[in-house]
Amino acid sequence: MTPGAPAIPFRAGAPSSNETPAMTDQAIAKPAVRTRVSASRLGALSHHAAGWLLAAPLALVLAVFLVLPIVMIVIVSFWGATEFSIYPDFQWDNYRFLFGSDVTYRVFLNTFKYAAITWAFTLLIGFTVAYFLAFHVRTLGWQVALFLLCTIPFWTSNIIRMISWIPFLGRNGLANSTLISWGVIDEPLEWLLFSDFSVILAFVHLYTLFMVVPIFNTMMRIDRSLIEAASDAGASGWQTLWHVVIPLTKPGIMIGTIFVVTLVMGDFITVRFMSGSQSANVGRLISNDIGLLQYPSASATAVILLITVLMVIGILLRFVDIRKEL
Amino acid sequence: MTTISKVRYSRRAMLKAGGAAVAASALPAPMVWGQETRNITLRQFGTGVSNLNEVATKVKEDLGFTLEMTALDSDSVTQRAATQPDSFDIADIEYWICKKVWPTGNLQAMDTSKIANYDKIVGIFRSGKLTPESVIAQGTAPHTVGFVDGPGGTSFADAETGWMTLIPTIYNADTLGIRPDLIGRPISNWSELLNPEFKGKASILDISSIGIMDMAMVVESMGEYTYPDKGNMTPEEIDLTIGIFTEAKQAGQFRAFWKTFDESVNLMASGEVVIQSMWSPAITAVRSRGIPCVYQPLEEGYRSWGGGIGLSASLSGMELDAAYEYINWYLSGWVGGFLMRQGYYSAVPETSKAFMSENEWGYWFEGKEATDVITSPFGDPLAQAGETRDGGSFYDRMGAVACWNAVMDENQYMVRKWNEFIAA
Repeated sequence: MTPGAPAIPFRAGAPSSNETPAMTDQAIAKPAVRTRVSASRLGALSHHAAGWLLAAPLALVLAVFLVLPIVMIVIVSFWGATEFSIYPDFQWDNYRFLFGSDVTYRVFLNTFKYAAITWAFTLLIGFTVAYFLAFHVRTLGWQVALFLLCTIPFWTSNIIRMISWIPFLGRNGLANSTLISWGVIDEPLEWLLFSDFSVILAFVHLYTLFMVVPIFNTMMRIDRSLIEAASDAGASGWQTLWHVVIPLTKPGIMIGTIFVVTLVMGDFITVRFMSGSQSANVGRLISNDIGLLQYPSASATAVILLITVLMVIGILLRFVDIRKEL
Repeated sequence: MTTISKVRYSRRAMLKAGGAAVAASALPAPMVWGQETRNITLRQFGTGVSNLNEVATKVKEDLGFTLEMTALDSDSVTQRAATQPDSFDIADIEYWICKKVWPTGNLQAMDTSKIANYDKIVGIFRSGKLTPESVIAQGTAPHTVGFVDGPGGTSFADAETGWMTLIPTIYNADTLGIRPDLIGRPISNWSELLNPEFKGKASILDISSIGIMDMAMVVESMGEYTYPDKGNMTPEEIDLTIGIFTEAKQAGQFRAFWKTFDESVNLMASGEVVIQSMWSPAITAVRSRGIPCVYQPLEEGYRSWGGGIGLSASLSGMELDAAYEYINWYLSGWVGGFLMRQGYYSAVPETSKAFMSENEWGYWFEGKEATDVITSPFGDPLAQAGETRDGGSFYDRMGAVACWNAVMDENQYMVRKWNEFIAA
């Protein structure tokens, strides 16, 4: 940071200027030398202080509710546990056990599998829906109305939307009895429920909207004259889509991807219910450990999951500069 | 304070004289105490089986104080009892949980001389023997963790000492639940759970400490291995047991695993599963939907469990008195009758008799044919005249217990293996 330059570039100086006198007094009260500071430098200083003060509430909230808990989790991950208590310690046992068990690798692999497949489906569906809303629906009124329609399922709880699949997909459920009555199948399909299929179905159902919203948002910002220009230049519909729309939608896709990937990787309840407790992902490992009072081991798993997810997001951000979007 | 304690004494005396709550509340004096207790709130938590709102309502009616109920699954119950001693006054936990939680010092021992019906409590919870000839089953039998040496005792005593860790409330003998209409042949062994005939239609509960016992019953029944003590396996025995089930899981034997009562009911009622480990009221719940479901007695015997009420170490003064009052009320019959009409047993069956009709007592306790329709406490018909209870009488069922729910020395190892089983 260059000295003298405003610490934070205020778009409007208004909020800080009211506070300036009092704050400057405080800031320069003690060191006498400071009294000779030039006016511009004074202004910069007050900007500096005001900037910190303005950032303070959010920083404090983040520190207390985000940084501190994570630090706690990291600390506890080195603790030891007996059957019913945990004790402070510094040991690598939890990590050693985690990395020493092939279950961990299988479960992480499974988690990635769920995330990747869910991502592919939500992207495909989300992009199509957003494209339809943004380019095919002409009036803003209809766009808003149809968009709100997409959000209606979100009026009920996540869990209810998920659990309602169970009777639908069951052995004697609606799906199977319909297929049987149509003569498509003779015997109920067992894999409809309590399988990877049902887990991914529930994930896609739950999280597609997280893809639709950011993609729709970016699409709405695309300058329509670009599409016209592409068309004038003789581009076909697919060419326009591939060379104009998709590149310009990338930030939205990326934001949606981050939402979906983090949600799926952190989930445990969907996997538990939809697989009938038969499959595991990392979230379930953690929840099982918590249930059995093995907090240190749960923390260690959580730390590794956090690092993994951050790495995934880090890689994703290499592809696209989402700051353009924000 | 003095008046209050005097009044309380008179009421206690009434209780001991066998006058019970009805007579006590008829006297004017206890009303003073009643006014005081109105402000008392006792926070109880436990598994869903006995944490029933009906009990809280009745407590308010009979005793005047408020009982706040929280129902959790077994794991959460253990966790809460062990880690959040200030979050509850009364812990309604199972005996194997007690073995885990007692060393934390979060519970206080109870003076049995203050328990009016102590002498009538079933032998299982005192000497360990149902009848003098009974053999004590494997696992964490309730009497082994039922007593400590004194009010501050930290280790369990071998015999009755007058200081109880948990006051037994309910218990039962568990077995496999089946759908006779979908199976269509008699089932008489635990090994049927892994019979390929039921591929994709079996289930087991995903609560490690209980599930491992069901597994052990199956493994023994298959003739694969005979455990010296199912309730305390060695690491090799754990590997063997879970190995057999992992193989079955990978071969697609199981439709799902269940963790909560509701899940087990839905699996069975929807026909997703035709044979699974199950709890008695879950059978009742399936039947009350008009779907046939049998709590199948098996040759190898039952896996049994018992629950009891423990007092938080931080309870004292009037709250502690209220808690004793509550325990005495609990054993005085109404709750027992309420629970027995769902298929559980009460710790003091004879007091419950007064709260059940002759038909109900005959059906649930004596294993006799029902002379009239048997309904649940919620009014759903469970059995028609002429039907008998699965497994027969109290002594037939509780006398055939093969093991008790337990917590092993190698518990942590077992839990890790269990996690692998779920992830496999």
